[in-house]
Amino acid sequence: MHIKEELAERHVLTLTVDNEAGTLARIAGMFTSRGYNIDSLTVADISEDHTTSRITIVTKGPPPVIDQIIAQCERLVPVHKVTDLTEAGPHVERELALVKVQGSGDQRVEAMRLADIYRARVIDATVSSFIFEITGGPDKIDTFVTLMREVGLVEVGRTGIVGLMRGSEAS
Amino acid sequence: MNIIEQDNKVPEKSGAEILIDCLVEQGVDTVFGYPGGAVLPIYDALFQQKKIKHVLVRHEAGAAHAAEGYARSTGKPGVVLVTSGPGATNAVTGIADAFLDSIPMIVLTGQVATTLIGTDAFQEADTVGITRHCSKHNYLVKDPADLAATVREAFMIATKGRPGPVVIDIPKNVQVATARTDIKSNVPNRFHAAGEADYVAINKAVDLLANAKAPIFYTGGGIINSGPHASAALRELAELCGAPVTSTLMGLGAYPASGDAWLGMLGMHGTYEANMAMNQCDVMFCLGARFDDRVTGRLDAFSPDSYKIHIDIDRSSINKTIRVDLPIIADVGTAIRQMIDVWKGRKYKPQPLTEWWARIKGWRAVECLNYPASTDEIMPQFAIERLFAATKDKAPIITTEVGQHQMWAAQHFHFDAPNKWLTSGGLGTMGYGLPAAIGAQMGHPDALVIDIAGEASIQMNIQEMGTATQYRLPVKVFILNNEWMGMVRQWQELTYESRYSESYSDSLPDFVALAEAYGWKGIRCEKPEELDAAIAEMLAYDGPVMFDCRVSKKANCFPMIPSGAAHTEMILNSDEVSGTMDDEAKALV
Repeated sequence: MHIKEELAERHVLTLTVDNEAGTLARIAGMFTSRGYNIDSLTVADISEDHTTSRITIVTKGPPPVIDQIIAQCERLVPVHKVTDLTEAGPHVERELALVKVQGSGDQRVEAMRLADIYRARVIDATVSSFIFEITGGPDKIDTFVTLMREVGLVEVGRTGIVGLMRGSEAS
Repeated sequence: MNIIEQDNKVPEKSGAEILIDCLVEQGVDTVFGYPGGAVLPIYDALFQQKKIKHVLVRHEAGAAHAAEGYARSTGKPGVVLVTSGPGATNAVTGIADAFLDSIPMIVLTGQVATTLIGTDAFQEADTVGITRHCSKHNYLVKDPADLAATVREAFMIATKGRPGPVVIDIPKNVQVATARTDIKSNVPNRFHAAGEADYVAINKAVDLLANAKAPIFYTGGGIINSGPHASAALRELAELCGAPVTSTLMGLGAYPASGDAWLGMLGMHGTYEANMAMNQCDVMFCLGARFDDRVTGRLDAFSPDSYKIHIDIDRSSINKTIRVDLPIIADVGTAIRQMIDVWKGRKYKPQPLTEWWARIKGWRAVECLNYPASTDEIMPQFAIERLFAATKDKAPIITTEVGQHQMWAAQHFHFDAPNKWLTSGGLGTMGYGLPAAIGAQMGHPDALVIDIAGEASIQMNIQEMGTATQYRLPVKVFILNNEWMGMVRQWQELTYESRYSESYSDSLPDFVALAEAYGWKGIRCEKPEELDAAIAEMLAYDGPVMFDCRVSKKANCFPMIPSGAAHTEMILNSDEVSGTMDDEAKALV
């Protein structure tokens, strides 16, 4: 007998939660304890009075598992609202990355040229390195990082995804 | 200790005093606990009041299970008070048990002072971290001014919606420090539970019920949790429509076992008629149950042709394992009442369901609960039957441990009322029964409370005999002693060609001598013809009794759906046992 893998689809969930101690641990731990995947997770305080945070989770699973993930999130006391952006319709996803490359001569020029094409900004420079700041969808950032590997990539920091519904309504 | 200036209008109280005030406000009359360094201020506050009775257990696991027994039998939340570190970790099994069986419970744990948290202080454990995923919610209270609001919200969370355990971790300095608090102050409610069902869905459900040719009610612990009105509504609805009723282990008593529509329990050790009816029904009403793997058997073969309606208060129970056609998120008692109203409003008449009942009669004729009789040894099923016969008029509360004895009790003891059957269903915790019986007896001082036990399980919390002695609780422990961890042995016979790896109960104590050592009465019975008299002797004794019922060592629990099998593939008796299974089946629990 061998362990079987199930077909999974990617979903972006946003959660409105109470900004209190332990909320992130409660949510992240629930994913672990029930065997769900987290591809990325971002969290930040979003309300004027600092009582509410918004969490964006990118997860993978077969549709019934995604449905169960949403239900299990809703079951947690500090979670007020869960939206499946992938299911809800048109939405935007953005991520920010900082990308450090090191090199000289043609390699350095090529890095700069590619950064320009991808609209990455230089936020730090030395005679032998750059740090680029780039925002975009995850695919764009993946591609940019892949290109940078060819021209002296040193390290990358990524924020993970945040997302909102398109249009005038709140998600 | 406080640095806030005194306000003469609102008296200052210590965290421990505020806690006691809040418990009284919530109607708590009994607390099960065990003192220790980090809860001494609370114990001192308890000492100075008279409204709350404290039951001193012998191990914190016993406190948690006793609180479960109290809660399950009274419908009120059980309250546990334990110290930090080992006190809290010992209670974790009971917390996880209450979480899986949806038992309302408040667990108050002491914690090291906030200034020491994180320093690996004496008896420090991350209680909030440890209990985060086996409780419905938990708190670490860092200021006595927050205690009242926290306790109030905790009781609401524990009791509303799908009930469950809530842990409140209180550092020692928060118990000592004072706060200006008006405990009447209100807190915003951020916890909402489902109530009434959507009438569109209810109308559709009633329409399906009125037109079904082979309907079935599959009921669960949710009906017990919803309250006695839910059991009453279920009985009324079943009578109105004439459909058969089966129940999970947790739901026994919601519909009376003496009722005409009763099919017996369903699932792994359920009856043949219940499981066949589940497989063959055309419309299934799942009422406050959750399609647990012990109920469904092999998922792809579970009731393949039925239209499934699932009423549950917890949306995460819907479509978790079985996809249903009509989900209704509501309090199950309210939803059943709504169904009755619609049924009566539309003047539906019950269908004869003649063909359906004829098929059920055929399955009943298999007499799946029959067992080989014996005149020279006590069959365990016979022992339960005789216990039932001797006690059925006394409305006993029955608790169990976990294993064969538990399933035999579920099969052969019959319940006509809710809150009379306390068993560890979801977590399957050996050692549950004796402390749960103590908790139930505390809640019902005049009731007959019996723990039906196995000789292995009873040893897991046997220290609680001392608790029963101390509080003069006349609990009866009825041990089906076959000298084996019977269910483990049964699975080894079914799956591992009878290689009995560590399943023999060696070096058993002399249970009668043990009973006497604790100031209990001990009774031993080895012969079937002496059983009735021995049970009568147990019942006549005004005090705790340990009954060592020596039963057939070889008996196994049937019928049984082996793991990985469908409802239609029940093993009815031991002759059909094959001796091994494929790896897919072996991998299932």
